[in-house]
Amino acid sequence: MAEIVVRNLRKEFGDFTAVQSSSFRIEDGEFFMLLGPSGCGKTTTLRMIAGLELPTSGEITIDGEDVSRKPASERDIAFVFQMFALYPHMNVRQNISYPLISQGMKRPQVREKVAEVAGILGITDLLERPVGGLSGGDRQRVALGRAIVRNPKAFMMDEPLGALDAEFREHMAEELRALHDRMGATTVYVTHDQLEAMQMGDKIVVMNHGVIEQFGAPQDIYDKPATRFVADFIGSPSMNFLRLHSRLDTGADSVQLDHQEVGIPVMREPFDGDVVFGVRPEHVRLSDISGYRAEIRATEYLGTTQIVTLATANGELKARIPSDQVVRAGETVGLSFDARTITLFDNQTGRALRSELNEGVLAHG
Amino acid sequence: MAEVSLVSVSKAFGSDVALSDVSLTVPDGAFVVLLGPTGAGKTTTLRLISGLERPDSGDITIDGRPVIDETPAERNVAMVFQQYSLYPHMTVRENLAFPLRSPILRTPEDEIARKVAEVAEVLRIAQKLDNRATALSGGEMQRVSIGRALVRNPSIYLMDEPLSSLDAKLRAELRVELKRIQANLGATLLYVTHDQIEAMTMATHVGVLDRGRLVQFGTPREIYENPVSLYVAGRLGLPRINTLPAGLFAGAPSSAATIGLRPEHIVQGGGKSATVVRLEHLGDQTRLHLRFQDHDIVTLTDVHSTLEPGETVAIEPKNPLYFDADGNRIPGGNGP
Repeated sequence: MAEIVVRNLRKEFGDFTAVQSSSFRIEDGEFFMLLGPSGCGKTTTLRMIAGLELPTSGEITIDGEDVSRKPASERDIAFVFQMFALYPHMNVRQNISYPLISQGMKRPQVREKVAEVAGILGITDLLERPVGGLSGGDRQRVALGRAIVRNPKAFMMDEPLGALDAEFREHMAEELRALHDRMGATTVYVTHDQLEAMQMGDKIVVMNHGVIEQFGAPQDIYDKPATRFVADFIGSPSMNFLRLHSRLDTGADSVQLDHQEVGIPVMREPFDGDVVFGVRPEHVRLSDISGYRAEIRATEYLGTTQIVTLATANGELKARIPSDQVVRAGETVGLSFDARTITLFDNQTGRALRSELNEGVLAHG
Repeated sequence: MAEVSLVSVSKAFGSDVALSDVSLTVPDGAFVVLLGPTGAGKTTTLRLISGLERPDSGDITIDGRPVIDETPAERNVAMVFQQYSLYPHMTVRENLAFPLRSPILRTPEDEIARKVAEVAEVLRIAQKLDNRATALSGGEMQRVSIGRALVRNPSIYLMDEPLSSLDAKLRAELRVELKRIQANLGATLLYVTHDQIEAMTMATHVGVLDRGRLVQFGTPREIYENPVSLYVAGRLGLPRINTLPAGLFAGAPSSAATIGLRPEHIVQGGGKSATVVRLEHLGDQTRLHLRFQDHDIVTLTDVHSTLEPGETVAIEPKNPLYFDADGNRIPGGNGP
């Protein structure tokens, strides 16, 4: 198993810079997510770690050994692609055995390894079946089996669930995570689906335009976004952004929203200019006593909770509230915000302002 | 817009029964979502209404008028498919105008221009009107194909998973958009999906299909809070409803075989002990995976919960749902 360290990694394709200068550390046994919209450089980063692309500059070490210039075959890494490529003329057993046989492993040993892997994946009954007739999920399991059987140092996965439908994706995500918990192998996983990243990852790197926006534990990234991009990309519905002009001193613990005093975490830096007040939908409450008024535009029922769309003096805002709370479109209500959870952003750069809430995360982010 | 009804409609393809005795009314101005897994009969229902298929028995009416013998064109329905099929050699404007230039409609040019501009505005593609259709992103292409349905004034819009090929962010945006458009136009819409979030957030009514039968029809809230069966209860709700043998907890009616527990039906802090397996932090919610007497339970807990795997949590049901041995809901005072 392996610890992977990436330092100042850069990749250019002609004039286009796919990855600017990435640095992060993947601990041994971690399930590590590279998250971002298409074109952000996440797949390029993964391919450089696997050795399928060579970096323009920078360094990649696996267990302390510099592998930046080594070919993929010398890195002892297994790659699982979005489109699971199986050998169609072989049965399940032959497909899983193939990497071992091509390494020259003895037959009885191969049988033993394949039996073990099939047991882990729950496909023992399928071993003698041709791969042609398998369901999508079973094909995916066979593809995983072929990756696992070699006992590689680490797994690289490029949107392995991207081609599956929603219900089944959820199921496979759980299965993959449970598999990882049993095997404890370092896994680097690329996705554009923020929920998948939150659900499965121990750590997440959020990328945008080739730059790492934030790196950390899922809940930290959700609660303490370092940039407005991260705040917007993670969470559904996204964080609400209300624009205002403010002059804040270090130690300030409130801002003026439409002439109402609204609490914020204690500021750790001064700021003067256009700020964006960021609040997650679940931290907005409907409160009759609050002087900050809004009109209810629409409600979306979600079972346990409902999403309420509101029009405020500072723009549109969404609140997630329990679905047994009765609200009607057209009504005017007061809003209150959970002050401890607010993040302020510099409107110009999108950078989060340092406060009591996020100083710990931003310091090493 | 119009009311559309199916009366005892059945349809089989060879020995495969696609729809069996389905009666369903889409009220004028309603947003009806048909929900069910692959093969439940959702798409067949749309194809029967549009006239792409003919029922084996039963009746279909649009605005009270039987339409079984009418051609798709005569029925005046607009269909949007999962895979956007735009004319690649045309611009966005030409693609949008195309349905209006149909020889049957004979729309005047100034009317076409007005309609196209209006729909482009609604779908936020006005600045792309002169782009080639092929020069658009996936989300824009799907908006154009929805727009091509909207420029007409059909009796009903039929949509077959129009958002499923889009990425999560865009899907969420278009959900809100579609709902808004439907409400503003007062349009009648029948929409097929297997995505429960789409069903819950957009629908005025949800029809749940199970292997060709319509098993429940009602508002999203009715379907979620008052499901008629285990099958229906499992269609809505994330995390999914937990189903356990009814005898595990006291208080079950004698005919109950299964107790159904949604997260809001599980009170933590009292009752029987369960073991924490793991916590799943999704940001706005934290899912708690529990092991309870050889059964798995998934519920919600405090977002910043400090529970660790191996710890125990006491749980007890509150207003749970009960089902008999056949999976039918046992009515009674236990409902919400």
